[in-house]
Amino acid sequence: MAVGETKKATYTIPIGPIHPALKEPIQLMLEIEGEKVVNTDVLVGQVHRSIEWLGMNRNNPVQTLYLAERICGICNICHPFCLAMAVEQAANLTPPDRAEYIRVIAAEMERIHSHILWAGVAAHEIGFDTVFYLTWRVREEIMDLIEYIFGNRVTKAVLQFGGVRRDITAEQLPRIRKSLDYYKSIFEHLRRIFLEDRTVRMRTRNVGILSTEDALKLLAVGPTGRASGVPKDVRQDQPYSAYADLNVKAITPDIVTGTVVGDVYDRIIVRLLEVKQSVEIIEECIARMPEGPIMSEPKVPRLLHLLTDAAGEGVGRVEAPRGEDIHYVRLEAGQSTLATWKVRAPTYVNLMAVPTILKGMQIADVPIVFASIDPCQSCTNRIVVTDKATGRKSVVGYEELHRLSVEKTKELQR
Amino acid sequence: MERLTPQAIIDSFSKKLGDGFVSGSVYEREVAVKKNKFRSLWVEVKKSAFRDAVEHICHLQKYPHLAIISSSDLGADVELIYHFTIYYGYHLEELSLGLRVKLPKSDLRIPTVTDLIPGAIFTERETQEMMGVEVVGIPDGRRLFIAESVPEGVYPWRKDETGPEKFLRVLPGRKPKGEGKKG
Repeated sequence: MAVGETKKATYTIPIGPIHPALKEPIQLMLEIEGEKVVNTDVLVGQVHRSIEWLGMNRNNPVQTLYLAERICGICNICHPFCLAMAVEQAANLTPPDRAEYIRVIAAEMERIHSHILWAGVAAHEIGFDTVFYLTWRVREEIMDLIEYIFGNRVTKAVLQFGGVRRDITAEQLPRIRKSLDYYKSIFEHLRRIFLEDRTVRMRTRNVGILSTEDALKLLAVGPTGRASGVPKDVRQDQPYSAYADLNVKAITPDIVTGTVVGDVYDRIIVRLLEVKQSVEIIEECIARMPEGPIMSEPKVPRLLHLLTDAAGEGVGRVEAPRGEDIHYVRLEAGQSTLATWKVRAPTYVNLMAVPTILKGMQIADVPIVFASIDPCQSCTNRIVVTDKATGRKSVVGYEELHRLSVEKTKELQR
Repeated sequence: MERLTPQAIIDSFSKKLGDGFVSGSVYEREVAVKKNKFRSLWVEVKKSAFRDAVEHICHLQKYPHLAIISSSDLGADVELIYHFTIYYGYHLEELSLGLRVKLPKSDLRIPTVTDLIPGAIFTERETQEMMGVEVVGIPDGRRLFIAESVPEGVYPWRKDETGPEKFLRVLPGRKPKGEGKKG
């Protein structure tokens, strides 16, 4: 197997291990025949940081909460949210209702910025840099809002076991409404660019198809699964926190086009509509948010004592921008760390779909197809290409790959 | 397909597995203002009945979603929990189902489920390298996360002598593990 042969050449990915926009460096081994991808092998674990081990051996639970925030630069609400829910279930803590709403508002703000960030990356991958600049400028509005509300653009440290650390005050509401109105006003503009532009359509329609059956078998989650017609969304299926009060519906591409193809274009539709959905969820949360305390146990030493004494287990599931995130926690009485902590981020399962969606694609399509599951981008920075006919191995760098992709766009535009 | 209530699911496990069924419980909590129910199920089975239990879940839901396998070192045993979700796709209908199986450390082997759920491959590979549980019949047994340079027989999730402690470096100014820490 040629994939096995290429393993002899190992590469260290030069970007990372921690970068605000990239989650984890990763290696893709592509087996190609001429221009076509025949087989792909995904090699993960390039920056395994032993975060679970630290949570089980070094940190106390509150420290682990901040560590969970640093699992990912983008999902830095989802992971602590998930961990907090798992620990609360294990230790029988109940956060106040107002805290549940603030958590949901924070999580939805994160979804807006993550999806718009992805849209820019996708535009860049097909060589449409004007759109890349536009979308990232549009994204700044939500980043500024996040900074205004929670004090920081990334790693907001909002979550605490049994509540949140920051309240949303009445004076802040007009500023939130202003940002939400901005996104509502610009939505039609973004929709026209991404769904009606000929170039975007040519590069994304019928590219990187994942069928409904494959999505179910390979356990695809989030927009990757929903674009393939699997109406799976934790916010709808097993609503947690304040989502249980709202009626969130999983978005599948047939809402817009009437059919499900499961290609890159469908993934754009799903993410675009989810931005709109998130704006509506935040509006609804602000309207319904009850008054009251935001923490059930404000004193950290007492909280730590309570968690040390607690015994039990819990599972937290959160719909992160990329799909379902799940944390499993087991607490043992008298142990100051988590006894077991298992984290599963959505890209973990979505990566299993990569060989399927890349099969039969051209090398120039690899960047956009791989980016369409919204994984960490550094993955594409180095790809080993084995030519099946000659057995020749070569490393295609990110610039070269990007050039091929841009050339294909230009060729199609002719 | 007909959807069973949480208690009926547990009863169906006990009927199907007979002696292989150890215990089952339903966890419920009310969330947020409207007090809608958040429900999850926990089922423990014997190792001999494990494959039958997974097949039974495949009967309850075509394509059950296997989120992850979590594993805990309990001293003499290793506990694996297969976190499934079933009945997804409908508002408030989904159930989490944790399928628990305990393996004695003398015989850390579990059959693969990749023939039923192809997407289980990553988590089985991870369980194999991190916990030292041999997954019998796994189609691709390579390491997933751990680098090739790490020697065989070191399992980061274990809390016994096969754990990774001997590879730790204590940085200057730091106390070694266990010192100055309240139990």
